[in-house]
Formats: sequence, structure tokens, C-alpha cells
Amino acid sequence: MAEHQHAHVEHPDMYDPESSKIGMWLFIFTELLLFGGLFIVYSVYRYLNPDAFHLAAEELNTFIGAFNTVILLVSSMTIAMSTTALQKGHKKVAIALVVITFIIGIGFLVNKYFEWGVKFSHGIWPGSEQMLNEMSQGEILFFGLYFVMTGLHALHIIVGLIIMGFAIKGVANGKVNAKRPSLLDNCGLYWHLVDLIWIFLFPLFYLIH
Amino acid sequence: MHTTNAVNGANYLTYQGKYKGLLGWIFSTDHKRIGLLYLYSIATMFATGVLLGLAMKFELLAPGKTIMDAQTYNATFTVHGVIMIFMVVVPGLPAVFGNLMLPIMIGAKDVAFPKLNLLSWWLYVTGVVLVLCALLFGSGTPDTGWTFYAPYSFKSGTNLLPAIFGAFVLGFSSILTGLNFLVTIHRLRCPGMKWTKLPLFVWTLYGTAWIQLLATPVVGITLVLVALERVFGVGVFDPALGGDPVLYQHLFWIYSHPAVYIMILPAMGAISEIIPTFSQKHIFGYKAIIASTMAIAFVGYLVWGHHMFTAGMSGTAQYYFSLLTFIVAIPSAIKVFNWISTMYKGAINIQTPFYWAVSFIFVFMVGGLSGLVLGALATDIYVHDTAFVVAHFHYIVFGGTGFAFFAAMHYWFPKIFGRMYDKAWANVGWLIFTIGFLALYSPMFYLGMMGMPRRYYDYLEEFHGGNILSTIGSWVLVTGFIIIVTNLIRSARKGEPAEMNPWHSKTLEWTVTSPPPVLNFEKEPVLGEKDGPYNYD
Repeated sequence: MAEHQHAHVEHPDMYDPESSKIGMWLFIFTELLLFGGLFIVYSVYRYLNPDAFHLAAEELNTFIGAFNTVILLVSSMTIAMSTTALQKGHKKVAIALVVITFIIGIGFLVNKYFEWGVKFSHGIWPGSEQMLNEMSQGEILFFGLYFVMTGLHALHIIVGLIIMGFAIKGVANGKVNAKRPSLLDNCGLYWHLVDLIWIFLFPLFYLIH
Repeated sequence: MHTTNAVNGANYLTYQGKYKGLLGWIFSTDHKRIGLLYLYSIATMFATGVLLGLAMKFELLAPGKTIMDAQTYNATFTVHGVIMIFMVVVPGLPAVFGNLMLPIMIGAKDVAFPKLNLLSWWLYVTGVVLVLCALLFGSGTPDTGWTFYAPYSFKSGTNLLPAIFGAFVLGFSSILTGLNFLVTIHRLRCPGMKWTKLPLFVWTLYGTAWIQLLATPVVGITLVLVALERVFGVGVFDPALGGDPVLYQHLFWIYSHPAVYIMILPAMGAISEIIPTFSQKHIFGYKAIIASTMAIAFVGYLVWGHHMFTAGMSGTAQYYFSLLTFIVAIPSAIKVFNWISTMYKGAINIQTPFYWAVSFIFVFMVGGLSGLVLGALATDIYVHDTAFVVAHFHYIVFGGTGFAFFAAMHYWFPKIFGRMYDKAWANVGWLIFTIGFLALYSPMFYLGMMGMPRRYYDYLEEFHGGNILSTIGSWVLVTGFIIIVTNLIRSARKGEPAEMNPWHSKTLEWTVTSPPPVLNFEKEPVLGEKDGPYNYD
């Protein structure tokens, strides 16, 4: 630690777990408002095109959606368990649990890949001829929003996975530990956010009729 | 315990860190160095924006084509707007003076996340470079206006994508700055620095930071949607695919109206520091200013619809937005009363920052009162999209934020550089600048009332007189600007060494040496019962 401080003489070690946590929560607020904009757009167009949205939603595979929801919920549990494990000093358990979370995240993306792949094979993507020629405006909007919102969510999953990579590395080399848990804590908070957004996306696109 | 002997004696300008020279600046996590980085980059962009504005005014010197055609004029006002809004006035006071002064004013060593702070600046630079790419490369300079209104923003053949992406990145930079300041103010106040003892500049930064955090992501996602619309044709704003362009306007203004409070709140904060200092008197209504700051931050969210009175909206919504617009004017008026009451029976010390501050109050009042004309439904229909709107907007944003920026610059200059500027030249610069400002924008109120539309490179012969006056005003203003900048640059290098507290102010930044030491304070300051930011005897 003494060496560390010497190298950063310009900036003393100001580690404060409370600050990190507040910072992360504030960042989560921004993320919620980012998606909030999309939820407004969705609500407006759903209100204007109820029938078309209903029709288009039939196209989606509720089973894959439900499956992804379940595994994502499980992954939220595993990452929460990993922060608890770190608090109790079980370093290896903590790493194993983050790795499990990571694998589930990958699994979610694989499912997403197949799901989108099926849409593409049916000729459904933004601006495709199939959509422009055969679909009503409401259906075009539904699929436009479907791809934008689930796509943006998938992007957040990828970011979450990258942060997890850093958390695993940090816990492994000891820089993230019971006394300095912020990276893993914040990684968990972020992952819960990603999970929470999916909890809203799933009913909006797959379930509401 | 953190200070080593090597640091003592060196100030933040001369301190030799891990890197030498320029690298020691662009990779420094010192909030003061980052503040100066912002100052230099924002000043550069401001000068660029001024040149574009000068070109527009020159075009309007005479009816018909003077120096540029319609397309070039459209591109010019678009780039002028994008630069001035996203790169100058939104980051302006928070990023420059917030970074330079906020930690010192609350008795902290730095902001809560110094590395994130540096990242914010790098994101700012990235955003600037992206927008400049849109300007220099591709299929033509963006011509949509800074608002990127749909559907034209995805129909225009110009090189819009980098500009939109650049605005998005700049927004991200602004969010991170806001987040950093919020945590800093919550966690790093020195002992005794209660919320009721925070300097008002810090309070306004606090309100601003909340707006940056909660409003910016909305425009972020909106710009992403426009970009996706351009690339993939998603349809959300495209009427041909069922989308609604008016929805774009709603989402855009949900951010961009609160954004004008991002611009003006810290300006009000700086003025609230300067007026008591140069009146040597406690600020009148400290708590009223805090309450009105937070009221502006909150109500400011709910008035976005007044940008769209003519865009198609239900009558009920119009009444609601109009009423709230009048309500949001009240807290601003409260502040004006507070500033003027502070001067009453004060020992007024007339110096350059005070000139800027009182002229700020004047132009801000003209801008604010003309805003009521636009907030009222009947009159707005009449002057919507005319030069009147341009005049109102520039009185508030350039007159408000710009004048406050110069006030803050002349106020904190001795602290930042440890040298004093030439006061006589500073006053001359202020006078010429202010005369130029009034001549430039005042005729536009009249022209707008007479019916001259905004955003045209041409106008009817009957508007010629007003436009000549306005263009001459732009030359006078630039003359003043050159005098001010020359004086400041010269003084930063060769000015008289400044005292620790040349204005006899009571806030904490004046208790440290000029320029401040690297870690701000030799010993962590402690505020006693009787200490306070405005406790003058």
C-alpha cells in the first residue's frame, strides 16, 4: 500500500466504498432514464396500434423469452451470492459464482442469437422488404422497437460481462477483497439493473395481449 | 499523512507528476488541471462558434446572397448551434469552474472519482472530434439545425451520423461530470461544512448535476433512435412507417429544456458568489436562493412542451405547459431580487467581475421577460420561429451564461493563475463587449416582432436597417472579445502576482495560496460555528 500511495502522490488514496455505491446508483438512474425514453416510445405506439402490436407479438417465441427470464433471474441470484461470499472471505466461492453468472449471461446471448436468427430467416429485420411490403405500420413499429430495445439490452449484457471479467480478475489477484469490494458490488448492481430491464421487456413484447 | 515533502511548495501549475509537459496535463487527474483543460478546449470551441456566428451576421448584412448561399447558411447555423450548445454552454461553467473550484470550495482534496473526471474530458474531446469529422468529411456539413428535428434529420443527405454520435458522446461526458459532482458534494465536504453552509455556486452545481444525470440520457436515446432510423429505417420517427416526428420533438425537449437550466443554474451560482463578495455583505436570502435553485431544477423538467406550441398539441396540454412556464419564471425572479437586495447598503467595491455581474442581471432580465412573451400561448403563435426567439435565446444563454462565464473568469482568474489581469483593459473589454452585445441582439427583438423569420439567409428589404445595426454589433462584440482574451492571456503569463484573497471573499478557495497547492489544503480545513461562505462583518 505504501508503494501505491507513493506512485500516486498527486492523488492520495481516497477509497470510499460509500462513494462508489452512490456513484453506481446514480449511474443506474441514468440507465433507467435511457430505457425510460424507449418505454415512452413503446407506450405511445402500443396505445396507437393495439391490434397490430397484438398480432406482431404472436410471432415471438414465448418459451425462449420465458427461459431467458428464468436464467437471468438465476444469474442475479448467483452474483448476489458471490458478493456475500466475498464479504465472508470465501474468495474461491466468490469467483466460482461470478463465473457461473458469466456463463449464464453468455447463455442468454446465445438464445438471443437464435431468436433473432429465426426472425431474420423469416425476413423480419428493420427495413427488410418483407416488413415494408407485407406488414402494417403498427407491426413495423413493433418489430423496430423489438430489435432496438432487445438489442440495446443485449448490449448491456455484453457490457455487464466485460465488467464481470474485470471483477473476476480483481478478486483473483486480491485487489477486490472483503475490505475493498466495490468493483464486485457495483458489478452486481449493474447486473441487477440489466436483469430488471429484461423483467420489463419480457412482458411488454412477449406476454401482453 | 498523504502529503509528502516533494509536494509542499509546488502549486498545481508547476507540479511535476508522473509525466512531463503536455502529457502531464492531458493525463492528469488533478481536478484543477482538468478544469484548465476544459477551459482551453471550451475557449477554442467558443472562438470557432463565434467565427461562424460572425459569418452568419455578415451574410445578413444585406438582403440576398452576401457571402454564402442558402445551403451554406443552413450548415453554418447548424454547426454554430451544435458547437455552442453541446460544446460550450452545457459544459461551460460546471466543467471549467466546477472542476477548478468545487473541491476547494467544500474543503476537499479532489472530486470523488478523479479518473472518471479525466475520462469525462477525454469523452468531451472525442465528441468534439466526431462533430468536426461531420464538418470536414463525407457528403456535406449537417444542415438540420442543432435540434436534429425528424423527419429531416434522417432524410438529409448530409453527413449527420458523426454529428449525432458526437452529441451523444458529449452528453455522456456531461452525465459523468454530473455524477462525479453529486458524489463529491455528498461525501467530501470538510468537517463543519453543513448543507446550510455550502457556497451557493456549489448548490447550483448540485442542482445542475441532477439535471445532467436525469435529463441527458433521454436525449441520448433519442439521438440513438435517429441514428438507427438513418441506418436501418426502424420507423419510430418516420411517418411513412407509422412513426410520429412530433414524438421526436417531445423526447428532444424533455432533455433540451432542462438543458437550458444546466446552462443557467451554475451561472446564477457564480453571480451569487460575486455579488456578496463585491458588496462585502451576506447574501440576501441564502435559503431562498437554494430553494429557488432546486425549484428551477425540478419544475424545469415539466415545461418542455412550450417549445412545441405550434407543432400540434392538445389545447389542454398547451395550457398546462404555458402555466408551468410562467411558474418556472418565479424562482429566477426571486434570485434577481436576492442579488439586488444583497447590494443594498453593502460596501460596493466596483471591479471588473462586478461589472460583469450587474450587466448579467440586466441582460438576464431582458432575456427572461422576453421569454414570457414566448411562454404565453397567443403571443407565441405570433413570434414563433422569428428573430425574436433568436434574440430571447441569445439574451438568456449568451447574455446569461456567457456574461456569467466572463464574470467568473475575472473573479477566479487570480486564484487560478496566481496573477492579476490588467483591470483597466478588462473594464474596457467589458464595456465594448456589452455595447456590442446590446447592438447585436436588441434589433432582433424588433425584427422578429415585425415578422422576420429565423434561419433564412435572405430577408425582405424592410428589415435591412435592423440587420445592419445587428451586424455592426457583432463586429463591436468581437472587438471586445479580442481585448478581453488578449488581456487574460497576457496576464496569465506576465501579470502582477496576485494576493491570496484579492477580493476579500469568505469562501474557502480564497484561504489557499494562489495558485492553489496540488492537494488544495496543507491541512484539512474545519468550519467553525461562526464561519460561513458569506459571513462578512
